[in-house]
Amino acid sequence: MIAPVSPRPHTFAQATLPNRPLLKIDHVDKSFRRGNSTSEVLKDVSLTIEKGEYVSIIGHSGCGKSTLLNLVAGLTQVTAGAILLEDREVNRPGPDRAVVFQNHSLLPWLTVYDNVRLAVDKVFSTIKSKTDRHAWTMHNLDLVQMGHAKDKRPAEISGGMKQRVGIARALSMEPKVLLMDEPFGALDALTRAHLQDTVMQIHTRLGNTAIMITHDVDEAVLLSDRIVMMTNGPAAGIGEVLEVKLERPRDRLELATVPAYLAARESVLKFLYERHRFVEAVA
Amino acid sequence: MAATASSAPFVDASVTTASASAQAPAAKVVHALPVAKRRSRLSWETVGNFFATVVPPLIVVAILLLVWELASSGPKATLPAPSRIWLEARDLIVDPFFVNGPQDIGLGWRILTSLQRVAIGFALAAACGIMLGCLVGQSDWAMRGLDPIFQMLRTVPPLAWLPISLAAFRDSAPSAIFVIFITAIWPIIINTAVGIRNIPQDYRNVAAVLQLNPFEFFRRIMVPAAAPYIFTGLRIGVGLSWLAIVAAEMLTGGVGVGFFIWDAWNSSKLSDIVVALAYIGVVGFILDRAIAALGNFATRGTAAA
Ligand SMILES: Nc1ncnc2c1ncn2[C@@H]1O[C@H](COP(=O)(O)OP(=O)(O)OP(=O)(O)O)[C@@H](O)[C@H]1O
Ligand SMILES: [Mg+2]
Repeated sequence: MIAPVSPRPHTFAQATLPNRPLLKIDHVDKSFRRGNSTSEVLKDVSLTIEKGEYVSIIGHSGCGKSTLLNLVAGLTQVTAGAILLEDREVNRPGPDRAVVFQNHSLLPWLTVYDNVRLAVDKVFSTIKSKTDRHAWTMHNLDLVQMGHAKDKRPAEISGGMKQRVGIARALSMEPKVLLMDEPFGALDALTRAHLQDTVMQIHTRLGNTAIMITHDVDEAVLLSDRIVMMTNGPAAGIGEVLEVKLERPRDRLELATVPAYLAARESVLKFLYERHRFVEAVA
Repeated sequence: MAATASSAPFVDASVTTASASAQAPAAKVVHALPVAKRRSRLSWETVGNFFATVVPPLIVVAILLLVWELASSGPKATLPAPSRIWLEARDLIVDPFFVNGPQDIGLGWRILTSLQRVAIGFALAAACGIMLGCLVGQSDWAMRGLDPIFQMLRTVPPLAWLPISLAAFRDSAPSAIFVIFITAIWPIIINTAVGIRNIPQDYRNVAAVLQLNPFEFFRRIMVPAAAPYIFTGLRIGVGLSWLAIVAAEMLTGGVGVGFFIWDAWNSSKLSDIVVALAYIGVVGFILDRAIAALGNFATRGTAAA
């Protein structure tokens, strides 16, 4: 049921699926320069992602997960290689690659509603009428069960609620790829489980393409179609890609005893803690 | 701070509705009681707070007046004692808005004229200061080029600008406004720039993903994010522009409070000067509090920033 795939998954994907991939990360290098010293963070990263796929990226702290996500978002530029979204090179940020930031990044001076509405107004200014934009804003808030708090400011709602609004804001842009940088990292276990279920439901319903960074092995296995495991930096790359062939909809309680789930969990854990132990000196 | 203040009434309301619904049957009567109780307790608290803030300064002022009276009661005293000021300048103290002739009017009228000048100069300074501050905060090159110049110019005292502005404008009215403008603008520029520099990268990333254009970025991100800093600058600026009023009104003459002091000095009416100083102090204090209150109002809810 679970097939560990070679470090070059695009060859695999192209063999089985004739249509072109949605997102293609093609031999990407990324290094940061400060003065004379150059630090190589990512080296030869290649990955293709099909439409509707949910891909998690997992790896030790500081290996370059956020850097990779920022490259896809267009917030930073690649040093070598290319990132192609529907065959067009990505070199600047845009609403077709909406980001859910780790610390929600809501604008504190706007209400919950206005935070989402700002994005809706910006993306659909010419396409939707004013009443449609209002309806669409409310629709997305309801999607994450935040319609009731639409007039509150971010300071007045809990961390989990803020993260929900962040997700609603990203979804409201109807992105081609939804990028999430540890979206549940700052939440307690219960809230996290609840929000994971919400995201899973939305993904089943809308069929978004999503890339999610996580530190949590269970979260990765529960949510993903594929798990990308990164090697340790400097010059980190993709160590292994694990395909999670569990049927959807998935239920966290039922999965706890499913052998395929346990096997997937084990192989990610093995990768992280046996073959690519976190080396203190690297960080 | 703003967040707790705005959430407090919300909590209160839910508590009262909860207690009202708990005692359901006689809802109407029960509901009326706790509300009334709460209000009366609140008003007692307000009265208490009022006395706690007003009484101590009154005592201090009384002591100061007494010391002053004693110190300047000797035969060789150069400055008038409070009692003499009361005798000589009583009309100025008790009635700010009398009109006895073209140059014999209450200090309230003079203050209003001065305030009008300050309003024009300060408004110009606020508009230009915020724009320039945004430029300096946003662009590294503008920062490197302009910041040293700003830091140097801001130390020039208001009086030193007088001759140069007279030479430039060849007219007293715009020169006076320019002196106020040039005095007030520096803290506004510098604080705005600091505020812009401190905009978290997260907000910039949000703006980048949304592809906000420069104007939208200015209006939706820069101004609100830097608002607490901008208001600090405005508060310092309004204080400075009020400080510059005497210098500015040496130019304009006429009915301003600054010119009144200059005129009183020339005709050695020391008591009038003391009264005018008190007026200026009180108005400056009110201006400062007004901008602070405006800032608190405008930046409410952004405490988490
Ligand atoms: N702007 C930058 N300039 C220089 N070095 C950077 C920059 N951004 C990231 N790095 C370096 O790149 C490496 C990877 O950082 P990154 O934030 O991508 O890690 P991460 O995998 O997201 O870690 P975490 O799980 O802790 O979030 C780190 O060693 C970091 O020091
Ligand atoms: Mg990270």
